[in-house]
Amino acid sequence: MKALALEVPSRRALILLALAFVAVLVAPFFVNDYLLTILIVIFYFAYTAQAWNIMMGFAGQLSLGHALYVGLGAYTTAALYVHFGVAPWVGLPLAIAISALTGAFIGFLAFRFSIAGVYFAILTIAFAEFARIGFDHFNWVGGSAGFFLPVANYTSNDLWTLRGRPIMFYYVMLVFTLAALVLCHLLLKSRIGYFWQAIREDEEAARALGIDTFRYKMIAVVLSAGMTSIAGVFFAFYYNNLFPEQVFHISRSIELILAPIIGGIGTLFGPIIGAFLLTGLAESIFELMSAFGWTPPGAKQVFYGLCLLVVVLLLPEGVWPPLARKLGLDKPSSDKPEA
Amino acid sequence: MALLEVSGVSKNFSGLRAVQEVSFAVPEGVIFAVIGPNGAGKTTLFNMIAGVFPPNEGTITFAGERIDGHAPDEVCRRGIGRTFQLVRPFPALTVEENVIVGALLHRQHVEAARQRAHEVLRQLDLFDKRAQRASALTLPDRKRLEVARALATDPKLLLLDEVMAGLRPTETDRMVDIFRTLNRETGLTILLIEHVMRAVMALASRVLVLHHGAAIAEGKPEAVVREPAVVQSYLGAEAI
Repeated sequence: MKALALEVPSRRALILLALAFVAVLVAPFFVNDYLLTILIVIFYFAYTAQAWNIMMGFAGQLSLGHALYVGLGAYTTAALYVHFGVAPWVGLPLAIAISALTGAFIGFLAFRFSIAGVYFAILTIAFAEFARIGFDHFNWVGGSAGFFLPVANYTSNDLWTLRGRPIMFYYVMLVFTLAALVLCHLLLKSRIGYFWQAIREDEEAARALGIDTFRYKMIAVVLSAGMTSIAGVFFAFYYNNLFPEQVFHISRSIELILAPIIGGIGTLFGPIIGAFLLTGLAESIFELMSAFGWTPPGAKQVFYGLCLLVVVLLLPEGVWPPLARKLGLDKPSSDKPEA
Repeated sequence: MALLEVSGVSKNFSGLRAVQEVSFAVPEGVIFAVIGPNGAGKTTLFNMIAGVFPPNEGTITFAGERIDGHAPDEVCRRGIGRTFQLVRPFPALTVEENVIVGALLHRQHVEAARQRAHEVLRQLDLFDKRAQRASALTLPDRKRLEVARALATDPKLLLLDEVMAGLRPTETDRMVDIFRTLNRETGLTILLIEHVMRAVMALASRVLVLHHGAAIAEGKPEAVVREPAVVQSYLGAEAI
């Protein structure tokens, strides 16, 4: 679970990074509409993976209820837009605040009363379920019948109200993903990153070194929850419909954590690689199967299961760490530069 | 005034009196050892000082302030570094990163912490292994890493919980050497809980002997090991 901190990136790493950056920047001009929607979903998962990874990969706190924060972000900004005409970017701070506070409440309950490990994970599921059932009866935002944003055939892109065509959403999600990557990189290199990793590795030993573990775990939860809610804004304005049964469902939470697990928990690029692999492969296989006229229900879930199985058995660190070593991006630990 | 003062401290574990009314004082700059047979209450005493749990009775004062009942991180922030009897390195982090975590306690910037970590790693002969993952170290190296991490927090008092256990005699001598140098050159006060008499005799200027949770002797090591009560209860056949 060691983070691949690229302290002194090699030339090769910089070149690869630059190439990848150019590729994702120009991609929309070379792909068809179908592929573009796949890329959008990939970046959505890459972003949420990055946000979840702060809590689990950096600070070692397993959340199985991150759909809660996506949903809170989605419902908050959608409700403000539909009921009061408030633009999503104006509603965003409130959405972040609500999610962060909810995260803080769950974190406080758990860390104050020493609910850790699987019990903490169960607590996060419980709160996502509360929200699912609660929103089912919350008629101001449609209840179980769903909440809809006005849809029209947009010919122009309005970034301010997030009304527009897929290409706009692609760049929005790309910017979020890149910003999250940079933020995670900076966090991991900083004092708090060291403290989080210490807590992840051995909480008691971290406390013995003077680390206020309650405080740093709280920061991880609040930051992760706030960041995840931003993905909810995208979710609401991209899909234009929200159903509690779908948004807050545990399968959504599980979906969010597959990419970082497959890519490599605690790494910087693992969540992104994982999202590309998982969504990319799933969609291609799905396409291939439907080309042969065979579309069994639940095929995607079975595929996800197989992916997890392979990674857990063969690549317990995830795909990225061994891949990085293959590409020569991870300096072998024995020849770090002299300080 | 002593740096650490333990007075009348007792601890019960549901009926079992693990430590009873133990008092002692550790003056600044000395190496103080607590010895005793298995089950004498050494680790319980250690844990109360380190803040793992509070005593049922008595007080613990460090640098003039009460610390009994404070949490382990609070105790560390006040200047008491500790090691664990069963070493607990951060396995996935490198040796250097392990020590940086400790050094960051009183430093805001990772680079400053790295400097401090390098100093400590040199003192403990771990500098050349700094890029290895902690999980790849041998037991003697892990024990020294444990000490390095605690030292990096710039403690005024270092608590060592059986840091020699499981080491070969040559490794024990090396550790003894390191602590002597640290104590001489930096004036670091050390409280060690130890089973290995070879290390205690070589290091400590004062020894407290616990037996069944109570202090049965205290004094200079040469004198203490000759006291009949100590010989009978602890050293036993080894001394005869």
